[in-house]
Amino acid sequence: MRRVNKDERTRISFTLNGRAVSGEAESRMLLTDFLRHVIGATGTHVGCEHGVCGCCTVLIDGVAARSCLTLAVQAEGRAVTTVEGLAAPDGALNALQQAFQRHHALQCGFCTPGILMSFTDYLARNPHPTEDEIRDVLSGHLCRCTGYAGIVAAVRAVSAGNSKQPS
Amino acid sequence: MNVRSQSSGDFLSQALGIPLVRKEDPALLSGRGRYADDLPVASGTLHAHVIRSPHAHAKILKIDAAAALALPGVAAVITGEDVRQLTDPFLIALKAPVHQWSLAVEQVRYVGEAVALVVAESRYVAEDAAELVQVDYDPMEAVTDPLAACDKSAPLLHPACKTNEISVRKFAYGDTAAAFAAADRVIALTVDYPRLSFTPMECYVVVAEYRPHDGSYDVLANFQGPFSTHPVMAKALRVPGTRLRLRIPPDSGGSFGIKLSVSPYVVLAAIAAKITGRPVKWVEDRAEHLAAASSGPNRITRIEAAATLDGRILGLRLDQLEDYGAFLRAPMPGPLYRMQGSVTGAYDIPNVEVTNRIVLTNKMPASLIRGFGGPQLYLAIERLVQRIAVELGLDHLDVIRRNLIPAEKFPYRTAAGALYDSGDYARAVATAIGDGRLDDLKRRRDTARAAGKLYGIGFAAVVEPGMSNMGYLSTLLTADARERAGPKNGAVSMATVNIDPLGGVSVSADVTVQGQGHQTVLSQIVADRLGLDPADIKVTLELDTAKDAWSIAAGTYSCRFSPGTAVAAHIAATRIRGRLAGIAANQLNVLPDDIEFADGQVRSRSNPDNALPFGRVAGTAHWSPVMLPDGMAPGLSETGVWSPPELEPPTSDDRINTSLTYGFIFDMCGVEVDPVTFSVRVDRYVSMHDAGTLLNPLIADGQVHGAFAQGIAAALYEEFVYDENGNFLSGSFADYLVPTVSEIPPLEILHQETPSPLTPLGAKGMAEGNCMSTPACIANAVADALGVKDVSLPLTPLRLHALMAGKP
Amino acid sequence: MKPRRFDYVRPDSAEEAVAVLAEYGDAASVLAGGQSLMAMLNLRVAEPAVLVDIARLKELDYIRVANGKVEVGAAVTQNQLKDWPELGGRLPLLAAALPFVGHFQTRNRGTVCGSIAHADPSSEIPLVLAALGGEVVLRSQRGTRVLAAADFQRGVMTTARAPDELIVAARFPTQWTRGVAFREVARRHGDFAIIAVAACVEDRNTLRIGIGGVADRPAVQHAPISVAADAKDMFEKLAQELEGYDDLHASARLRRDLLRRVGPVVVEEALRCAA
Repeated sequence: MRRVNKDERTRISFTLNGRAVSGEAESRMLLTDFLRHVIGATGTHVGCEHGVCGCCTVLIDGVAARSCLTLAVQAEGRAVTTVEGLAAPDGALNALQQAFQRHHALQCGFCTPGILMSFTDYLARNPHPTEDEIRDVLSGHLCRCTGYAGIVAAVRAVSAGNSKQPS
Repeated sequence: MNVRSQSSGDFLSQALGIPLVRKEDPALLSGRGRYADDLPVASGTLHAHVIRSPHAHAKILKIDAAAALALPGVAAVITGEDVRQLTDPFLIALKAPVHQWSLAVEQVRYVGEAVALVVAESRYVAEDAAELVQVDYDPMEAVTDPLAACDKSAPLLHPACKTNEISVRKFAYGDTAAAFAAADRVIALTVDYPRLSFTPMECYVVVAEYRPHDGSYDVLANFQGPFSTHPVMAKALRVPGTRLRLRIPPDSGGSFGIKLSVSPYVVLAAIAAKITGRPVKWVEDRAEHLAAASSGPNRITRIEAAATLDGRILGLRLDQLEDYGAFLRAPMPGPLYRMQGSVTGAYDIPNVEVTNRIVLTNKMPASLIRGFGGPQLYLAIERLVQRIAVELGLDHLDVIRRNLIPAEKFPYRTAAGALYDSGDYARAVATAIGDGRLDDLKRRRDTARAAGKLYGIGFAAVVEPGMSNMGYLSTLLTADARERAGPKNGAVSMATVNIDPLGGVSVSADVTVQGQGHQTVLSQIVADRLGLDPADIKVTLELDTAKDAWSIAAGTYSCRFSPGTAVAAHIAATRIRGRLAGIAANQLNVLPDDIEFADGQVRSRSNPDNALPFGRVAGTAHWSPVMLPDGMAPGLSETGVWSPPELEPPTSDDRINTSLTYGFIFDMCGVEVDPVTFSVRVDRYVSMHDAGTLLNPLIADGQVHGAFAQGIAAALYEEFVYDENGNFLSGSFADYLVPTVSEIPPLEILHQETPSPLTPLGAKGMAEGNCMSTPACIANAVADALGVKDVSLPLTPLRLHALMAGKP
Repeated sequence: MKPRRFDYVRPDSAEEAVAVLAEYGDAASVLAGGQSLMAMLNLRVAEPAVLVDIARLKELDYIRVANGKVEVGAAVTQNQLKDWPELGGRLPLLAAALPFVGHFQTRNRGTVCGSIAHADPSSEIPLVLAALGGEVVLRSQRGTRVLAAADFQRGVMTTARAPDELIVAARFPTQWTRGVAFREVARRHGDFAIIAVAACVEDRNTLRIGIGGVADRPAVQHAPISVAADAKDMFEKLAQELEGYDDLHASARLRRDLLRRVGPVVVEEALRCAA
């Protein structure tokens, strides 16, 4: 049984974008704060800290989740993927990122990392979503700049691109 | 839209005006943005948490911080008394004893007001300590309703003012009495615009450091401007402006006007740094943001029209009561006066009387917000125009068209003094109903109604101002008072172009980044002047008051980029181009007039083979200043300054050209009201824009989509709700309803481009329009669907339920 | 918005989990998906001395069919169940309701049993459990007991779970699959319902109707199919009985009016679906 007492700091380790990372934290530290301020992976953003806005969405073992509703200690031993893990090592954007640029799917870019992570999970499960399915997944995110139109268009374009590739 | 990639390799003959994708995006898409909370802080930086009032109105009897200070890791608990000793109240635009500090002094006036600041080694510990601070209050009666607050018996927010209605100004333009005497009918309406915010996804962030050797403050904050607030902050801190260095981070997570109001926290964090002797960082959380950051002002407008039987409006009267909450923060009451010149909207109405009233209530202070006075005004005017049609038995669209300013009257001086620079409103409307398929909308309405459904069509025609006259707010004062205070007018824009020894071009400018793609558009402007690829232009917009060129007008607000900063960049690039042309002409042995900039070369127009690489010419200025043509100043740096002469001060009879450019928007929509769920479904929505020349159509459409979503939010979802005791009921994103993609209907955008003759690029401001038009258009459509007169926003199930009471 | 301090324990078995609960009693909170609890911790409206994290317990991560019921273990997320291939065939009412539960991202972590434990009066999963006459399985060091949904949910966010008990599973009866319908009215997609109505046809003669968001817990009504012809009267009566309540988004009156209007539509859909 893993146990962390309230007045204790513990070492927490997991893989982040394929690399082992670790750091010390209290049991109460949120995964958002651990990623951003202990590890220094600031691409994951904090928009509400009560699970509504979706800015902080990351993948935990490949599954999109709100990192503000996750304790750092809950990520122990897991594979965490964040927006920093999407582009190629040389910085080349992946297909989803490219589509976001092409369709002007972001303005201030603050909500964008979370949205990218949601669709990274979802498109892996369902590479050819309908527009309704895209909207359903996107409805778990708040964006104040774009009115969402470009985001829907970008994901549709990626989905169309998926269909061109041999399955 | 056939978008254009960055760095496509081939040079563009013209980059401006094409839908170029944004150079900002790769970093933001990769998690490499640099927002305020992402930036490294100095070792030993402390973290702050604000203790806030649970009461709408109460005396602060005692603050006991002993237990909190005893908690390990706590550095300080700062209260209103500290703040009163170390700072001055914020300056306000009105001569009234409304004193606000960065923490409540002696009493609280709204739920969420900052009462004390806990500074500790981490945010977690600061929040632990906050729970140990004991604040004793003596609650007082509160007032939240603006009309009730005007009553003589209402509890006073600032007793020294002797009233909550702290300003009443009456304006008369033309002969309104004669217009009403000549009218066939007088049609009147009262509309109520709600309180809401556009809650940027990133909340406020401030990191402050105090430098005791010279008594200066160095503050990083995601402040958006206007920088007219910088002197307000410096004065509050009792330092000259040079001792408040304000730096803006490279990226900011949205603003929409809201991030002006980080300014009280700049002062608060600054003195916390002084008190603790360590850097202090504060990151606002969402609960704080919703309760206390900023709100648009709510407004009650009583409006009446003198109309002829065929729907011509001869005169207007408006009585606008605007509720600013507990304090009047500079530059308030902006929303009440920003539209003063265009108070007659898109219509040719020569006679108008306006009464502007300001009231204070026990709610969070209102301040800047996208649309900035437009939504409130147009809900009144556009609802009134619809009522004129209904009451006179006319077609709504006919009444609009009958009153629109005719194309031949441009440039058009409105009754209240605005100089509408250009437009062809009738053509825009004709295109909108044609290309936007009004016939289809009518067919859908008729089919729906035949099936017993509640379907309505709405229209809205609005004029969208761009780049504010820094003198408009002085219309608040009487002509005599203005005389005594000295003239205020104009609006200065600045941008700087530097060229390095290798020919690298960098640009900085007086805007703050919030997501509008300014880096991309500035690169397009400068690339065109210098014959370069926009991808080669490096644009850095981390405004630093200690190093950058800025004026009080700096910042990103009131759509000042396209008519303002873009022009300044154009001027700077043109100047530097002239210098490079002089250098190249010398080296190429041609006249400067024969020089052209294209394909990364500086060359002879008449003999393009006679050419030098751009970098070589630039290098000359760096390496061989002695060889420069006679009379040319050395160095390759130019700051363009743009200050259009049309932004004159208010006249002695209170006429004011409130803005430089005036775009036009015509919206139409069809909505269906569902009598089972009491909800509104927007069936089709068409928005026609004339913002002059579009600098980047991709970005322009993005702005329209974004403003539209916020317009839908205001029409149907978002509202800050207080109960009659001033308790705040919209304190989370589960209660304050920001629409998701599921709530935003599809939008059809149309454009017409009537260039502004007053800006060298022909571009007008364009990013706020649908915040102004969409609430009015939806309200008109719902009024049409239900056949009702009074439509309050947002049209929630509760409000629709009340509107539909008694209907089957 | 950071949580207060708490001890964190991650037991390796349900047995260990109930031992911790036995030790701490109501000072402990069970953390499964955390989609409600973590928000409450961040807002400092919950103050557990210890969090018992059961999300990784393999023994509670199962969906199985037994005795005419689908049993869902406490570690099963809402999306796991939603994506379970047999869901539509065995529990069409739950299949109809699950898309309304939060969002894709919250369903990825939020558990089926967590939603039942949270007992929000307007939430969908407890409504379906009640409408179908399901059960909740509770385990403690004292033993295991099974409560009917109606006995489990006692009021607004109040249940019959004893402080030392762990919800280990929920059981959804599978006998009614012919005619089902589910509708809810919410302000935004994915929000908690203002009201929700579920209906399923039991047999040739009777109908079950579940109503969420109007009373302090799901209300379940059995009705002869014959009344469906005049569902309006039935919902009129129900609206008066259940009364409704006021909150920011809806008044009691609006809730009653919504029930009067949405109820008959759902019944009609269920009957049409059965036919």
